[in-house]
Amino acid sequence: MGVAPPQGHPMPMTPLTQRRLANFRANRRGWWSLWIFAAIFVVTLFAEFIANDRPLVARVDGQWFVPVLSDYAESDIVPDGFPTEADWHDPQFRREIAERGGWMVWPPIPFAYDTVVRDLGRPAPAPPSARNLLGTDDQARDVLARVIYGFRISVLFGFTLTIVSSVLGIMAGAVQGYYGGLTDLLFQRFIEIWRGMPELYLLIILASIITPSFWILLGFLLLFSWMGLTGVVRAEFLRGRNFDYVRAARALGVSDARIMARHILPNAMVATLTFLPFILSGSVVILTSLDFLGFGLPPGSPSLGELVNQGKNNLQAPWLALTGFVVLGLMLSLLTFVGEAVRDAFDPRKLPGGGR
Amino acid sequence: MKEPLLTVENLAVAFAGRRVVEGVSFTIEAGETLALVGESGSGKSVTALSALRLLTGAGSNPEGRIRLDGVEVLTAAPAARRRLRGGVAGMVFQEPMTSLNPLHSIEQQVGEAIALHRPLPPAALRARVLDLLHQVALPNAEERLGAYPHQLSGGQRQRVMIAAALANDPKLLIADEPTTALDVTIQAQVVELLRELQARHRLAYLFISHDLRVVRALAHRIIVLKDGVVVEQGEAEALTAAPRQPYTRALMAAAFDLRALRTTDLRAAAPEAVAP
Repeated sequence: MGVAPPQGHPMPMTPLTQRRLANFRANRRGWWSLWIFAAIFVVTLFAEFIANDRPLVARVDGQWFVPVLSDYAESDIVPDGFPTEADWHDPQFRREIAERGGWMVWPPIPFAYDTVVRDLGRPAPAPPSARNLLGTDDQARDVLARVIYGFRISVLFGFTLTIVSSVLGIMAGAVQGYYGGLTDLLFQRFIEIWRGMPELYLLIILASIITPSFWILLGFLLLFSWMGLTGVVRAEFLRGRNFDYVRAARALGVSDARIMARHILPNAMVATLTFLPFILSGSVVILTSLDFLGFGLPPGSPSLGELVNQGKNNLQAPWLALTGFVVLGLMLSLLTFVGEAVRDAFDPRKLPGGGR
Repeated sequence: MKEPLLTVENLAVAFAGRRVVEGVSFTIEAGETLALVGESGSGKSVTALSALRLLTGAGSNPEGRIRLDGVEVLTAAPAARRRLRGGVAGMVFQEPMTSLNPLHSIEQQVGEAIALHRPLPPAALRARVLDLLHQVALPNAEERLGAYPHQLSGGQRQRVMIAAALANDPKLLIADEPTTALDVTIQAQVVELLRELQARHRLAYLFISHDLRVVRALAHRIIVLKDGVVVEQGEAEALTAAPRQPYTRALMAAAFDLRALRTTDLRAAAPEAVAP
């Protein structure tokens, strides 16, 4: 008997969801990829606590300081310091703190993405060493720190772009498919024209006028990326609007917006969700390639594309290109594996046992 | 004189320039059952859907006048139209297999119909849903609240559909071949249920069917349609006892004597003289 208990209204999970979850788990590669990706992402979310050019905590003269969270002037910490921002790497400053019996706890990587490592003892880029595990780039910045921050910004950018463009794309596709007729016709012609716009040229023009920030770049890419899902959603809505239960809902007086959201969208979500991980990896690739070309995030930002570009310019320093390659390859592979597992999860013919 | 519940005057519906319904007029009084009878494609469903202006696309703008509970349906604003749909007139469709959303539980299904027209707190909503399910005599209604449509049989689903259509105490129930997709014993049960509900709530029915056996059991008056035109209309008993038109006779023969199908060809039995 598959009848749910009468008290189970806010049901924790429908049988369908349980089945999908089981299908997702059955794809071991995707399941583990999700966890590895999530672990890396959560770690990089706390990048400031892992790679930073200031200590996590410091105690000087019986006073606590938390440099990772707030800025201190040198004079706040030692009485004869300058009233300028403390440079915790400065050897003289550190000696002074040590003389006063103070101590500090450093993050595992004592460099932020923009810290210039001064005492390399050799011209940058420096090869990997015990201090700079992945070496430094050609501006003497620690590669590992930049990779951690770069991963975070790539994924956050990708997530934001994916979510916002999916929401816009689903709404556009839903309106097209549900109303059909002239609405659909005009919308389709508009999309055809809009899709023909030379996105890269426009971006180059934009980059020559202003320096694109994270949000400007996101908004600009959104102008074009929302079209990715409209086709699928439109097709699902064209199909769904003729379902008998959609007709029945209309006969009950359900409004158009509610019919779209409650009665057709859940059916269209399967096709949509299957696409999401691939759209996410696509967004990451777009940002990386723009950074590689120099039209992406402002100079100095930790970005994987810029790392790849440095690798191209410094072939004598193979650790730059190798790191960029491995990090990007790993991130995109993980996302693709997760995407495959999501696709399996929503495949109605696939059984959790792996059979068909 | 009191106004009839539903008045349809000179209804005409065209799809892509082709008239599928032409000059259909009728009225339904409260508590009365009017049956629209005819073969497939005779325009019965189009007429019924037009009553709530439910047709989309080419047929969405019928000509003529439709007045439901004092509201002009064809010129009503969308919000007023939505109040009519489900509020004044409920609708039951032919296919109970596909007329319920497969992703919604029975409680959500019926609850949505209620909440649309009068929002209730969750506990009262559930009580009302249960009450409706009891009214349509759904067995084990309490246990079925969380069930999904695929867990119910065809007859049970049709009962749920009727419950949803009755959710807001409508005055009119438009039933588009509600028994056609059910087997004969279930048909009898649903007909019995419809009769009971009519007696209890003084419901009016606009009943669409090609099955004269079911129609004769339910209808007070019958309108026979062929190719979108009214062929014959009259009191149910008189009409079924002595059909004047050969087309009606052919329909009757087809319904009550399957052997007659061999001898009477519905197509050949054209109406003799049709009032324009």
